[in-house]
Amino acid sequence: MRPPVEQFALGLDAKTQQAVARASAMKTAGRPAVLAGAFTDVEAARQAAAETRDYVLDHLHDLLVEYESNATSNGWVVHWASDAHAARQIVLDILRDAPAGPVVKGKSMATEEIHLNAAIESAGRRVVETDLGEFVVQIDGDTPSHIVTPIIHKNREQVGESFAREGLGPRTDDPATLAYQARVHLREAFRTAAVGISGVNFALVQEGAVVVVENEGNNRLSTTAPPIHIAVMGIEKLLPSAADLPVFLRLLAGSATGQRITTYTHLIRGPRRSDERDGPEQTHIILLDNGRSEIMKSRQRAILRCIRCGACLNVCPVYRQVSGHGYRHPYSGPLGAVLAPSLEGLKAYGDLAKASTLCGACEEVCPVRIPIPDMLVQIRHRTVRQVGDPSPMPWTAYASAATHPGRWQAAVHLLPEAGGLPFLFSGWTQVREAPRAEGRRFRSWWKSR
Amino acid sequence: MKVQLLITCLGDALYGEVGIATARVLQAVGCEVEFPEGQTCCGQPPFNAGHWPEAQAIAAHTRRTFDPKIPIVTPSASCAAMIRHGYAQLDREPPLECYELTEFLLKHGFSGALRSPRRVAVHTGCHGRMINLGDTAERVVGSIKGVTVVVFGEPEQCCGFGGAFAATHRTVSAGIADAKLDQLVACEADEVVSTDLGCLMHLRGRAKFGERELLLRHVAELLAEAVT
Repeated sequence: MRPPVEQFALGLDAKTQQAVARASAMKTAGRPAVLAGAFTDVEAARQAAAETRDYVLDHLHDLLVEYESNATSNGWVVHWASDAHAARQIVLDILRDAPAGPVVKGKSMATEEIHLNAAIESAGRRVVETDLGEFVVQIDGDTPSHIVTPIIHKNREQVGESFAREGLGPRTDDPATLAYQARVHLREAFRTAAVGISGVNFALVQEGAVVVVENEGNNRLSTTAPPIHIAVMGIEKLLPSAADLPVFLRLLAGSATGQRITTYTHLIRGPRRSDERDGPEQTHIILLDNGRSEIMKSRQRAILRCIRCGACLNVCPVYRQVSGHGYRHPYSGPLGAVLAPSLEGLKAYGDLAKASTLCGACEEVCPVRIPIPDMLVQIRHRTVRQVGDPSPMPWTAYASAATHPGRWQAAVHLLPEAGGLPFLFSGWTQVREAPRAEGRRFRSWWKSR
Repeated sequence: MKVQLLITCLGDALYGEVGIATARVLQAVGCEVEFPEGQTCCGQPPFNAGHWPEAQAIAAHTRRTFDPKIPIVTPSASCAAMIRHGYAQLDREPPLECYELTEFLLKHGFSGALRSPRRVAVHTGCHGRMINLGDTAERVVGSIKGVTVVVFGEPEQCCGFGGAFAATHRTVSAGIADAKLDQLVACEADEVVSTDLGCLMHLRGRAKFGERELLLRHVAELLAEAVT
């Protein structure tokens, strides 16, 4: 039986794969120069960022309590959600008391993680994704294929078709016209929205604020136009204070999209104050655990340093072959291969850790230096122990030969006679020629010198 | 100085000529080469497959087989990374002094010359990242008189081998290989050398399958040619 990621690759059309690979390569190529321009010492910045994130994880309990207190003083209503169900329920409870009108959403991986849209729709509310990519995903009934650029698997012709089908305007593949059609459509939703939902890039403990970055301006509208704003964040997203932002904002934008800084950076301190004319009357923060406390206790703890830049997806050779959809989870690429099994269990997603060459390109670009390849091997180890290994590789026999030189040399000596059999059985030769076994030559040469 | 040669499981089983070339290069730079005959595999295949007890047994065998007081040199970034980086996760024994071939040569000193000038592309095995190999192989290859090192696109990209991955995820693996082969063909090098036999076995096999013309050799073979 083929592993799921391999199965997906077999069915993926070449055009989509090439589009994903090309876009990923472009984003990877832009990154080094921008980071080198932003920092005198990029490696020192990455190290400092990793240490800041580790400090947060080391003091997470105390920092969350402090954050709750400071945010509450600013007027935020702070909610704690132990799991996805609890988080959805908190949102639905807020919606029940909210005025009529649609829910507008900014891009948020945390809300993808808890499958929030389906819950809102089941409760009879209209929810509109306002990030352009997420909007296309939504009208197509699709799922994001990248954590930063959700429609990396689509081209503008396909977007034009979808917009025409939804009645947004005459069919076109001109990006500016498409953006305008979406803008006109979404403005109506913003104007009438009852609730805006956003994700959170960083939450600042000292300031009791949330930081949201974006390029389109839809988050600005989602978090200010409706009377109620709900921010959903994983509990690990804290930074000690605004003094940490200069490093993190540049690392995030540079690593994610090769930008010096995102077009918009919002620091949101709470609801509209009495002397302000704009902004929501109510602001809520949902602090989502959903398995993170368990990850904190595991060997995968460092994955919680992640700032969701997507650089590891862009550079990953496997991601470039299968897109985010190959990982069948909102979190894809090397990040997803660690996070999905850590959040949802090894039985459901342990196979993702095997869909990697362990090349280490992900760790090399990670702005917070997460040792992803080591974690993937650890997850493989735990999966073998706890779930088993569907692979027919005879590891016990291999280890027996590799610990008995006589057996080893006999096997090596027999290999030319066995021809390509091991390569045939493993499936190797379905896509490549097998090598000629000419290993004997070294030992006989060594003896005859 | 004395060194111990680790020819790797792939060298032992499939590519004897690479072990010979490595021994010759080491002798040419003045090393007294020892070959512990009980050597087998470093244990990386079961380690990466998640079968750690088997990997631990093989690591213990390797520790018994090699003298911890004499440096190990191996024509593989991947095996060197396993011994230096992987073993630390498997046991609590002191680290073995193990060098990838070009890494050792850069430290120890190397000079060579080719009779006919050549344009060479260097693909460093990705596991070189675990031992901070960086551009070591390019620098050693570039020091050979007559060699022009050719730059190719996206050098940070893996060849797609990945051990058992190459068989279990063969469609993905072949797709990655094709992207790498496209870059290597496009750079118009006379030959491509790699630090690792895994990459070569996979890339050669895929190049032949797709009928691509590309000369792929182990870096030890080029270095051996340059010292004779």
